[in-house]
Amino acid sequence: MQTSIPDTSDIVEWKLPSKRKVGMACLITTETALFCIFVVAYIYNIDKSFIGPYPLDILTKPWLASFFLLSSSVTIYFAEVAFHKDNIGVFRFWWGITILFGAIFLAFTAYEWYEFIYHHGLTISTNLFGATFYSLVGLHASHVIVGLGLLTTVFVFSLLGKVDKAAHEERLMMISWYWHFVDAIWIIVFTVVYVIGLGKLHQ
Amino acid sequence: MADSHLTTATAKGFPVAEAHAEEKSLWAGGIHGWLFTVDHKRLGILYICSGLFFFLVAGVMAALIRLQLMWPRAEIIEPEVFNRFFTMHGTTMVFLVGMPIIAGMANYLVPLQIGTRDMAFPRLNAFGFWIFFFGSLLLYFSYIGAPGLYNKGSAPDVGWFAYAPLTSRAFSKGTSTDYWALSILLTGIGSIATAINVIVTAFCLRCKGMTLMRMPLFVWMSIVMAFLMILALPALSAAQIMLLLDRYLGAAFFDTQAGGSATIWMHFFWIFGHPEVYILIMPGFAAASEIIPVFSRKPIFGYPIMVAASVAIAFLSLGVWAHHMFTIGLPPLGNTFFAFATMVIAVPTGIKIFNWLGTMWGGKIRLQTPMLFCIAFLFQFLIAGLTGIMLAVTPFDWQLHDSYFVVAHFHYVLIGGLLFAIFATIYYWYPKATGRMLSETLGKWHFWVFMIGFNLTFGPQHIAGILGMPRRIYTYDAGRGWEIWNQLSSIGVIFQAIGLLFFVYNLVWALYRGKKAGDDPWDAWTLEWTTTSPPPDYNFETDPVVNSRRPLWDIKHPNDPDWHHDDPEMFRKSAKTSQHP
Repeated sequence: MQTSIPDTSDIVEWKLPSKRKVGMACLITTETALFCIFVVAYIYNIDKSFIGPYPLDILTKPWLASFFLLSSSVTIYFAEVAFHKDNIGVFRFWWGITILFGAIFLAFTAYEWYEFIYHHGLTISTNLFGATFYSLVGLHASHVIVGLGLLTTVFVFSLLGKVDKAAHEERLMMISWYWHFVDAIWIIVFTVVYVIGLGKLHQ
Repeated sequence: MADSHLTTATAKGFPVAEAHAEEKSLWAGGIHGWLFTVDHKRLGILYICSGLFFFLVAGVMAALIRLQLMWPRAEIIEPEVFNRFFTMHGTTMVFLVGMPIIAGMANYLVPLQIGTRDMAFPRLNAFGFWIFFFGSLLLYFSYIGAPGLYNKGSAPDVGWFAYAPLTSRAFSKGTSTDYWALSILLTGIGSIATAINVIVTAFCLRCKGMTLMRMPLFVWMSIVMAFLMILALPALSAAQIMLLLDRYLGAAFFDTQAGGSATIWMHFFWIFGHPEVYILIMPGFAAASEIIPVFSRKPIFGYPIMVAASVAIAFLSLGVWAHHMFTIGLPPLGNTFFAFATMVIAVPTGIKIFNWLGTMWGGKIRLQTPMLFCIAFLFQFLIAGLTGIMLAVTPFDWQLHDSYFVVAHFHYVLIGGLLFAIFATIYYWYPKATGRMLSETLGKWHFWVFMIGFNLTFGPQHIAGILGMPRRIYTYDAGRGWEIWNQLSSIGVIFQAIGLLFFVYNLVWALYRGKKAGDDPWDAWTLEWTTTSPPPDYNFETDPVVNSRRPLWDIKHPNDPDWHHDDPEMFRKSAKTSQHP
């Protein structure tokens, strides 16, 4: 009786998407929605501060920091290629450079914040610029910190010889997706805070 | 190895009703088995039980609110307590009742319906539940933990949407508002975790042969719900983070004195808040789409249109939020856009109602308890939809905004729609989860008494609202013509409470005394009914293979399986394989 149900498995190749990829794509979607709200809050509040310091007084475009962060997207790609070729030494080198570039970016942010807080007197409670700036840039920086944590964990395990192509290639790819996402968000933050945010005051 | 396993499974046929997998007792593993579980079925039950628990808590608050409003100038509860009650009632019902119950439904049913053994990320699933659970405890801890404005422990009292600037430090002293923001932030993280899990499970773990367009509609609508969650919940989380920055670090996002904006809180809240309504009602649609066909003995009418309508509703629901804000003085273009978008969303929703009716049309309708709740759901949700369209008309909304008309409208959505669908869900799937049938007699008593009580409570509120009674008022003067409507409304609560007593008694009674359910008590068609009740840890002894939208129908009717009527391409392929096995 049951035999009249044909088994399509003989003819249909049954392929489903990878759990990790779909999960990571969802996480990135929801994070993007979170950033959207902070970006809207920033744009909505441009020029709304009653007292200084204003963006035009103190903001300078962080070209060098941006260069390091965006380059780290390239270096992590090199690392992935090397990992795919099972070339652990080269992988470790580019992975390490990625961590270094990410850390340099964070150092620039830290210096910028130090300058703002101690020399220009801008804190999160000074004015709306402070509130929106620190929350948006801080949210991004906290994502960089999480990314650095992930990258460093992998780096340490690779030094211990526990990272293995067969088992971990897709996992590393997920970390790299996350890192690319953090970099892409920086392009938006840069545009909003350092281009639009400064441009509007010139008018 | 795995292949040969599969082949034997198919040769034997599908895991059908006859003895195969072992039932798992609900109490296997004791308390430990429940606290440390990562099993999707147990987590689903935990979600639903905690949701039902908080439902009773928030229901008691609502009953006290109705008691206070039964007579003009009544002094049964203090005004401060009244504020806390409507805040906690709303917050609880949305975040600690609606969200966990729908998360529990998706958790329990999605893996079973797509023929897999667990969710994609079982530990993330457990994390989601526990962070939700501790978040809800945190909200209620505010009763003893928050030395509020009144210099004693107090719960949040700023309304469930916590409008600025009432939530600023100046107007909300103490920490009750922080309890609100922090606990809901936590439950939001839990919901996001569950949502990601549902999407990944449905896309990546379907059994062999279950293409996207063969998934049960319940799974489709759970996916839509999960997508809305990951898109909409971050807006609330972001707004709550800003609120906490305002309150603790002196930022001025919502502080109008420092250039901030109270309006933007409304925008952020409703960008979350309106999709949230569709997040909540989507599992109601999902349950109706499973139950109505089974009790009409017909396949669902217009399956692809139902899928398309769900996706369309989700998409449109992201662009209607400012219809909650018609009275704040949006520019005319804004009012027009949001009124129009809101009316457009009625189109896919109407399509769904027609499809459910089309399913029942000409069917052999069995009026058992799950179906009764579904039919009431149809009518009451229709009323909710119609008052929703009325409120979308901007000038109409200017008259009735913040009145009891709005209260009546959204209670028809969330109780008349969602809660009735949840009851239908529980009556329909309780046998699967526990192995015992709920009593039909008690179920019918529950249905009729609760249905009458619900309509008696919320029907008259439409009229009180049209007569001008505002929401959230603590009391009112006599002689405005509101008394009779409020009294009817409060009397309805008694009926609802009695109905719920039948329900709770039924739940407990059936657990021990209910009739044995067997694998497939409703003669249904989806995969969860092919395994034992309750299902074993691993759900299915062998991985199922499906050839149509109703795999269990195919097994029961080998001479007329659904895939005979599917697209000709598929039929040819299937025919070919049966010749060359």
